[in-house]
Amino acid sequence: MEAIKRKKLRERIIENIFLLCACVAVISLLAITFFVFYNGLAPFVSNSYSLWSFLTGVEWRPGSNMYGIFYMIVGSVLATFGAILIGVPVAILTAVFIAEMAGSRAGKVIRFAVELLAGIPSVLYGVFGLGIIVPYVLKISPMAQGESLLATVFVLAIMILPTVVSISETSLSAVPKEYREGSYALGASKIQTIFRVVLPAAKSGIMTGVILGIGRAIGETMAVMLVCGNPIAGIPTSLFSQIRPLTTNIALEMGYASGVHQELLYSTGVVLFVFIMIINFAVNRIVKTKVGN
Amino acid sequence: MSKSFKKVLVSLLVGASVLAFAGCSSSDKTALKAAVSGEINGGGSTSVQKIIDAAGSEFTALNPDAKFTYSGTGSSDGIKGAAADTYSFGCSSRDLKTEEQPGLKVATFAYDGIALIVNPANTVTNLTKEQLTKIFTGEITNWSEVGGADAPIVVVSREDGSGTRSATEELLGFAEKLKADATIKEGNGNVQTTVAGNANAIGYVSLTFVDKTVTAVNVNGVKATVDNVLNKTYTLSRPFLIFYDEKKTDPATQAFIDFLMSEDGQKIVTKEGGITVSK
Repeated sequence: MEAIKRKKLRERIIENIFLLCACVAVISLLAITFFVFYNGLAPFVSNSYSLWSFLTGVEWRPGSNMYGIFYMIVGSVLATFGAILIGVPVAILTAVFIAEMAGSRAGKVIRFAVELLAGIPSVLYGVFGLGIIVPYVLKISPMAQGESLLATVFVLAIMILPTVVSISETSLSAVPKEYREGSYALGASKIQTIFRVVLPAAKSGIMTGVILGIGRAIGETMAVMLVCGNPIAGIPTSLFSQIRPLTTNIALEMGYASGVHQELLYSTGVVLFVFIMIINFAVNRIVKTKVGN
Repeated sequence: MSKSFKKVLVSLLVGASVLAFAGCSSSDKTALKAAVSGEINGGGSTSVQKIIDAAGSEFTALNPDAKFTYSGTGSSDGIKGAAADTYSFGCSSRDLKTEEQPGLKVATFAYDGIALIVNPANTVTNLTKEQLTKIFTGEITNWSEVGGADAPIVVVSREDGSGTRSATEELLGFAEKLKADATIKEGNGNVQTTVAGNANAIGYVSLTFVDKTVTAVNVNGVKATVDNVLNKTYTLSRPFLIFYDEKKTDPATQAFIDFLMSEDGQKIVTKEGGITVSK
């Protein structure tokens, strides 16, 4: 009797330790959310700056009390979109190669390389971008500087590869063998099988990878800060225009800012937060439909 | 072993030990002289923060009973705070205006020079202050307008709030008028790398960041060197000032200022990128 009681007590204690650990993440999330929103909404609540001019302004001159982030939102969205456009096809085909076509040895080498790519600190991507990509863009650019939307897109496209490749590869590998065998039995070639059977079957997993890739691209800061140019105004009009994404705006100026300027940097964070939340909800929905299947 | 060689060896050894002892006694002296206690709270310019913080932590290491804080709130705030005794000392990275001076005991503890840098491939070697202002505000957009090749000028500036940026804006008079498509880089190092990598770029950095990868242009015909900053012919420079209320003599603060002006303090100034006054 005693022994059973003691065992039960031990179980409860261990369960509570797990719960406590789980709470760390939740409490951190709540604390960060509260902190960012509390500070970021303050200037609009106290009416020290208008939300409308903040969201639609195209000039960021703190000294002249001009805080417009519309051109930054456009920059962030365009850079992310471009990175997805280039990065996703490359990533999916890489995943197909690793999962379906490569012999176990080649697959292992490539998978290892992709994993290493994921481990490179983002500032090094930035340094690489500044040292290699920016000068190349400068060579083909009609503008006088290489820091541009295009350079940002290239850096981000490389940075999202590991995320998209590893998640796509996992979901490709999870497609039951019988699907492929069925396809071969019907006389389909390997390429037909991959594109008509395996990829559609792994669709939702790949979509999750893409959306996490979008999250990575829109939230990236250090690497982008070095290659995007960070101008104080102007909606990008071409691939060679400089951009100032939301993330770098915060990182550049938070160190010195005070007062309304600082609060509006938090507000920039709120906008970024909203973007990330939308992306996360999208992931959740896709994961749910996957379970439904 | 020859005799003369032995002699040299002995004299070297003696010399080294004398030097070593001299080193010991001098640092002992500083420690003894400056063994003070009390709270020192300073405030003011953010540009001097690196130097003052480093000097402060060295000072508290020598004087474990002293407490030291410095808040970077801007030069104007430092001046007001020192006059009103809310700070035991203030710092500014600009000269005091005449109406600000009464009642304050002021000392210059360092200088900072700002170099205008271009790519080594650029043929322009001299620019006037007026030309520079026009370049940064976007009135001059091509190097040919200032005697260079026919190529667009790429303006590289610092992030908002940077001390170097506000000083440059003030000295060249383009505050809040920076052209909209200027490339913004974070930190002196990034500006230098960018200018080194773009043949048409111009940027500004603290003098200590000028190296072989970039060329500092002459401003109004004067070369950007430490000597020219000290003899005041190079005008793109600013003093780093420290001051306190002269009616309120606080021994701890006085000891800190003495330390900052001492040889050891000036070494910290150099280490943190400033130009020493002791030269």
